[in-house]
Amino acid sequence: MSLKFENYNPAEDKLFQIMDNMGVIINPSEMPDISDALAVKAYKDMLFSRIADAMAVSFQRQGRMYTYPSNYGQEAIAVAAGMAMREEDWMVPAFRELAAWLAKGATLKEIFLYYMGNEEGSAFKNAKHLLPFSVPISSQFPHAVGIGYAINQHKKDEVVFAFVGDGGTSEGDFSEALNFAAVWKVPVVFIVQNNQYAISVPIRKQTKSKNIAVKAMAFGMPGIKVDGNDIFAMYAALKHAADYARTKNGPVLIEGFTYRRGAHTTSDDPTKYRTKEEEQEWDAKDPLKRLKFYLDSKGLWTEDEEKLTEQYKQEVERQFEEAEKTPPHTLDDVFKYTHYEMPDELRRQKVEYEKFLQWKEGRK
Amino acid sequence: MEGGTKMSVMTMVQAINNAMDIKLAEDSNVVIYGEDVGYEGGVFRVTEGLQQKYGENRVFDSPLAESAIVGTAVGMAIAGLRPIVELQFDGFTYPAFNQIVSHAARMHNRTRGKFKTPMVIRFPYGGGINALEHHSESPEATYGHIPGLKVVIPSTPHDAKGLLISAIESDDTIIFMEPKRIYRAIKQEVSTEKFSIPIGKAKVVTPGTDITVVAYGAMIREVQKAMVMAKEAGISVELIDLRTIYPIDRETIAQSIQKTGRVLTVAESPTSFGVGAEIMAIANEEAFLYLEAPPRRVNGFDTIIPLAKGEHFYMQTPEKIFYEIERTVRF
Repeated sequence: MSLKFENYNPAEDKLFQIMDNMGVIINPSEMPDISDALAVKAYKDMLFSRIADAMAVSFQRQGRMYTYPSNYGQEAIAVAAGMAMREEDWMVPAFRELAAWLAKGATLKEIFLYYMGNEEGSAFKNAKHLLPFSVPISSQFPHAVGIGYAINQHKKDEVVFAFVGDGGTSEGDFSEALNFAAVWKVPVVFIVQNNQYAISVPIRKQTKSKNIAVKAMAFGMPGIKVDGNDIFAMYAALKHAADYARTKNGPVLIEGFTYRRGAHTTSDDPTKYRTKEEEQEWDAKDPLKRLKFYLDSKGLWTEDEEKLTEQYKQEVERQFEEAEKTPPHTLDDVFKYTHYEMPDELRRQKVEYEKFLQWKEGRK
Repeated sequence: MEGGTKMSVMTMVQAINNAMDIKLAEDSNVVIYGEDVGYEGGVFRVTEGLQQKYGENRVFDSPLAESAIVGTAVGMAIAGLRPIVELQFDGFTYPAFNQIVSHAARMHNRTRGKFKTPMVIRFPYGGGINALEHHSESPEATYGHIPGLKVVIPSTPHDAKGLLISAIESDDTIIFMEPKRIYRAIKQEVSTEKFSIPIGKAKVVTPGTDITVVAYGAMIREVQKAMVMAKEAGISVELIDLRTIYPIDRETIAQSIQKTGRVLTVAESPTSFGVGAEIMAIANEEAFLYLEAPPRRVNGFDTIIPLAKGEHFYMQTPEKIFYEIERTVRF
């Protein structure tokens, strides 16, 4: 692998690609070191993520879950990130990186719990160094930089992977974080999932920059625009950026140029602001199709996809049912974590409420 | 533990500096940053000399961006550091409001206790120094109203040191507001050794029998001046220094009101929805049948704090405080 950021000057709007839409390797010199088995696993992970995502949307439609943001079409970025992250690395997510959460050790059950309104879901109990979802846009970026500062201070060999969408690049926190990161030379890989829309606002109304990657230049860090539906290119870029950051060169900005094929969330209807032609154009660039073409051409795919799909569906169903069976918050939970040391005032408020509950019980 | 044997006369600025010096020496995870705090030692020189002593990795100047200053501190705290950040003035905390409210205050809750954010957000607050716009505000009730934050305000050099040491050692996020008007106006013997004052406990500064006056920060000194007038008028005032805005010390306030039957609150902030209203709620809930007069508030108006030439209308003076004390006692 010989990727050099300087060969992909974002000011010239260069796009880093390895595999074309038909799964043909068009840039063999920059093909990352991926074993056949890992390439197959990458496809399986994307497939699992796509199935889980589609089922999540359907659970929401059945009224069994609250608002959910679809990951449909963006699986390659998340799976590639999962492949590039080590266990000790940190992940600072936005909210559309389902496969990366799973790779980091979160469970589908936890993710479902979160979207069912159960806070247990965002604790990611057995995942190491995984932050919860950040709903205020871009506000997680400064956290990534602070973690990076702590990594340097503790002389640790860790990297932070931080995610945001294209809309988030307009927020002040995006610029503030990139600036701090470059000045402090922290090991952070900033990943912008440019899926072309912030809800209904298209990228051309979001920024006058040629692309997102070019913004890195103003802050004094490398930036690269990558075909976000090309898992080999995404993995190569993320791996290279992580190595660059891990060897204390400072932060990198990666623009994953992709497309959200679903709605922004289950409350949104993209047919109002997108054309059929555009959707068809991106269908041809679909990350799963492309990797499948590649695997088929190499004779690497030997599984029965239908059987596998069925198996994955059952697994998603199983975890969803577990989430549904999880009891809701207790009153204790509401009070327990607001402060590390609970103030007496909160104890008093809880006792008052318990008295009310007793009174209510007595009326029955 | 309060007190100590080795004493030195300190201003509040020196006492705060001394607290940070002690914690920097003791805990290598403590870091201090913000605009101007490193090389220059802060615009009020509160961090003076600390960078020279502890190096640029532990005490440093950050780029100018309040949201990122607080936001990066959230990340540092999650990853094991204990950041103390300085925001230069009260009115400049608002650009950081999203990070304070959306993240610093709730990361512990959101992760069900998995992550904590032990950090101190320090900033000078309050009026009376003929400052520019956005330099004289008192947003303690704003931050006190945010679940997940604790808000501390010292009124003396001794308290500033002891409370700040507690704040740095706390595993919660602490908003530490420094009354800039008395940064150098009060000198006091303070122990040079390490000591701490618990967060959440008010102090009865002066016991009295006729009326309870609850105040904090720079207002304590103004109330004490008013108390001289009250004494001449034969009124015995019990003065309570809140020390912590949230969690508020309900017990100390309630006991005092039950004893005196009257309460007056004094603060620099706008009147409505302020700390005074909270104390009145405590008076109602805990001491209603003891009350001999309606609780009253001495506050600024619900206006933008005027610039220097008009500031005297807004400020709480000893005369204004005495006027309200007398009105309440003679009700």
